[in-house]
Amino acid sequence: MIIGTIVDGIVIDHIPAGRGMDLYEKLGLDKLECEVAVIKNASSGKYGKKDILKINEVIDLNYDMLGYIDPHITVNIIRGGERMEKIHPHLPETITGVIRCKNPRCITSIEQELPHVFRLTDREHGVYRCLYCDTKGGKK
Amino acid sequence: MKRDLIDITDLSVSEIDELIAKAEDIIEHPEEYREKCRYKKLATLFYEPSTRTRLSFEAAMYELGGQVLGFSSADNSSAAKGESVADTARTVSCFADIIAMRHPKEGAPLVASMKATVPVINAGDGGHHHPTQTLTDLLTIKREKGRLDNLVVGCCGDLKFGRTVHSLIGAMSRYKNVRFVLISPEELRVPESVRTDLLERNGIEFVETTSLEDAMPQLDILYMTRVQRERFFNEDDYVRLKDSYILTPDKLRTAKWDLAILHPLPRVNEISIAIDDDPRACYFRQVLCGKFIRMALILKLLEVE
Repeated sequence: MIIGTIVDGIVIDHIPAGRGMDLYEKLGLDKLECEVAVIKNASSGKYGKKDILKINEVIDLNYDMLGYIDPHITVNIIRGGERMEKIHPHLPETITGVIRCKNPRCITSIEQELPHVFRLTDREHGVYRCLYCDTKGGKK
Repeated sequence: MKRDLIDITDLSVSEIDELIAKAEDIIEHPEEYREKCRYKKLATLFYEPSTRTRLSFEAAMYELGGQVLGFSSADNSSAAKGESVADTARTVSCFADIIAMRHPKEGAPLVASMKATVPVINAGDGGHHHPTQTLTDLLTIKREKGRLDNLVVGCCGDLKFGRTVHSLIGAMSRYKNVRFVLISPEELRVPESVRTDLLERNGIEFVETTSLEDAMPQLDILYMTRVQRERFFNEDDYVRLKDSYILTPDKLRTAKWDLAILHPLPRVNEISIAIDDDPRACYFRQVLCGKFIRMALILKLLEVE
């Protein structure tokens, strides 16, 4: 399969296989005017299979979201047909507006416009807990 | 910068020790503290019912020479009109020097502390934290046992929704050689966050059991809790679990002579009144400790020497 080469844009690589479409939506790529390619189940030497997102424009990305989904994801910034930057998103200390607290007893269930904030409590296992009620974040 | 108390771990062990020392000094020399908070105001924002905690905060402020304003149920505040906690906190900051908040939703006092310009004390947020109860418990244990380390602490009853237990475990696990025996029905075991983040990760020794009788002989502290009707969505579950553990003189036969029995109160039937006159029953002395430790805390957060 051939996908056009990007001159100025972003390649999000090493997305866990099956998560490409989910990330496409979470990053709001469906709202972009430019070309976006979602490549599913590409072969990967390291992981067997992976998903890839190609965006034909350099846009601001939510790196906290990417780090939260999987810190092994890599982001390649392409300019003039050359890879200018390779970014490894870190597991962020806090994430805001990425996941919602499901605890019906949490203040987020009633307080107007209160952002859903989760903080990293276990880096080894990538566990996030709600800032307000300590409930564990749901499935990534 | 203002200080708040939302979770007991907001205080270092040395700060807790200082508060306990200050409370003991207040107990010894109450006359020296009668004017310390003159012209200062405490706002008690209680969105759910409370007897001990609210009155204890109010008594504490009055004994420091300060004044108190506030509300004792959500129905008597603008919350009934739909006002947010954040807006209420900002508003009350204009009237009071310090806020004590109880709210049924977990994290509400944290939200208040983010918006208030005066110190906020969490006076209990749902089944989550209750740090001033923990300070009360620590002062009680210190006065009853003379130490906060080298203790076997039994927590019995509703360990799932019992916020006082979670805070107590968080605080006591920072002292040396404290071991926990967690006694509860299967359905009311401590939440996973307490088990993994507080106990397992910090290498704190603990066992979980369903038998109070088996645990009794080894305990230095027995912390009893009530199965709280208000924490259940399902009445049937409450009825099934409410009488799981009832402490009677018979069950105390195998207990140590110097066991200290604590209870955050109110009790329903989990401690028989026949135990009230046993010298090991500390729960009413514990109530008094609550006032003194809150006096010490108010002084600290208001930075009154």
